[in-house]
Amino acid sequence: MSNMIPVKSDAIIPERDADKTPILECIGLGIDFGGLTAVDNFNLTIGRTEIAGLIGPNGAGKTTVFNLLTKVYQPTRGTILLNGIDTHGMSTVKVNQAGIARTFQNIRLFSTLSVEDNVKIGLHNQMPYSMWSGIFRLPKYWKTEKMAHEKALELLSIFDMQDLAGHQAGSLPYGAQRRLEIVRALATNPGILLLDEPAAGMNPSETAELMDNIRKIRDMFHIAVMLIEHDMNLVMGICEGICVLNYGRIIAKGTPEEIQTNPAVIEAYLGKKKEA
Amino acid sequence: MTKSRRLTKTTRSSIFTYGLVITAYVILQIMILTGALSSSMQGLLVPICAYVVMAISLNLTVGILGELSLGHAGFMSVGAFSGVVAAVGLANAVPGAGLRLALAMLIGALCAAVMGFLIGIPVLRLKGDYLAIVTLAFGEIIKSILNNLYVGIDGSGLHFGMLLTGADQLGLQNGGKVVIGGAMGISNIPQLSSFTAGFLLILVTLFIVLNLIHSRSGRAIMAQRDNRIAAESVGINVTKYKMMAFVVSAALAGAAGTLFAMNFSTIVANKFDFNTSILILVFVVLGGLGNMWGSILSAAALTILPELLRKFSNYRMLVYAIVLILVMLATNSPSVRLFFMRLRGRKKAEEGAKNE
Repeated sequence: MSNMIPVKSDAIIPERDADKTPILECIGLGIDFGGLTAVDNFNLTIGRTEIAGLIGPNGAGKTTVFNLLTKVYQPTRGTILLNGIDTHGMSTVKVNQAGIARTFQNIRLFSTLSVEDNVKIGLHNQMPYSMWSGIFRLPKYWKTEKMAHEKALELLSIFDMQDLAGHQAGSLPYGAQRRLEIVRALATNPGILLLDEPAAGMNPSETAELMDNIRKIRDMFHIAVMLIEHDMNLVMGICEGICVLNYGRIIAKGTPEEIQTNPAVIEAYLGKKKEA
Repeated sequence: MTKSRRLTKTTRSSIFTYGLVITAYVILQIMILTGALSSSMQGLLVPICAYVVMAISLNLTVGILGELSLGHAGFMSVGAFSGVVAAVGLANAVPGAGLRLALAMLIGALCAAVMGFLIGIPVLRLKGDYLAIVTLAFGEIIKSILNNLYVGIDGSGLHFGMLLTGADQLGLQNGGKVVIGGAMGISNIPQLSSFTAGFLLILVTLFIVLNLIHSRSGRAIMAQRDNRIAAESVGINVTKYKMMAFVVSAALAGAAGTLFAMNFSTIVANKFDFNTSILILVFVVLGGLGNMWGSILSAAALTILPELLRKFSNYRMLVYAIVLILVMLATNSPSVRLFFMRLRGRKKAEEGAKNE
């Protein structure tokens, strides 16, 4: 892990990413639902190869932040810069093509399709052949499908899932479904991967394996990872920068050590002081 | 061993579907040649082919796209009427019956595709029950338009008219003839359709639908059916692929309509009403959503069934309905499913034993 260095008045990124444009920059991001402000004044900078954590008590607005970043909701105010480009007005589809991929808290797989097809759907935009090439099975179809098949198996092998390629996605055990969602997101060739509670429902050994795999993904693809997680071992173990959210507002940002000793965080999230 | 078998599962299903159609065609041709098929049954062959194509195309909308359409007969009628006009108009230019039918089907399919696109723009913004009701309304609109449409042809070309009091208002020159006569529909249709043409259309339809499903586009269509939000999150333009499936489905229904119309000497727009749409939906549901060979079998069986039930005379449709209810109950009953699963399980176990 490289040291975290300040890039703005209140933002830090890993030292190794300092000379590159941050992959993600949120400036004054906020959204209102009717009269209710769900997220407000959300400022965050994430480095190119950073593993960042977003934590906070239930209902703090963590998933809402993910939904804002992926344009499931259009922000009421503020700016999201993806790789230096303003994503204002982009749709979920466009923002994915621009480099954000995500997983979901409640798993959303294409459950009637095979594991391999789920990954191939992730590869959709990297398979540029037309409907006609598909119907008439032109050479481009065979070439691209062969490439996609190999690429899908290669991606599945990250999680040792290549033998499950022919299984129906909905029939996989819970942990495997979560891993498949990550593979599908990776298949879209993102610059930043958003993981919404990747370790939910996993046992300690599976969680430890997941931590290794998240680091492996970051090192293999040279991408940033931002994760929402309640498992503090995982968050403190792999995140370089952590952002703590409460009632839609950031109450603390910093390295795991700083967060663990931050009195506001301890009060809002970790509970009584003796546990910290 | 198991791996290669799994990889070819979809391929095996496709081969089975093509095999089913080709085998049925060969058997029926032999029956026709040996005179084993009654003339009333022979008269049903082309309608069966048309209904099979309709069922496959509706299955693309309902089973693969995942949206309920209650107006599919509307696309069939667009194909029927435009196809017949094309066939009449091309009578001098293209003398060969086979080629003329193929061109008529192509034009019927194109017109239905354009209609599918236009209807798709408002309809595909809706979901579930709302979409179903709106397609029902569009089916009725198409029927009303065709009931009031007059088309004539003379030396100077095609003449169109709407809401006329009679075909004479079209102002045709001497020697011109009326093709579509409003609510009177089309009469004196050149009967170009044949069983072989129907069989070929089924093969083309299967080729298009199965290849589409097992391509990048088909996966995108099924992805939005399974989970729209996830599909968007991996960069799939959901609207585009919904439209693609809907238009392809409409085009195939149009070709089926041309085939169907050119089997009869007269046809009216009221033939393609709500009941026809529902009948086709019944084929699809009975055959299984997304299951193409199931659609083929159920479309054929349910078209033949009323003919087989002739001996019940007045009670024919009652018996038909009861048979339908029983089949639906049987195919959806857990105990029947369990029975078939056990049967299959035993077969697999036996295969496994053999392999060892």
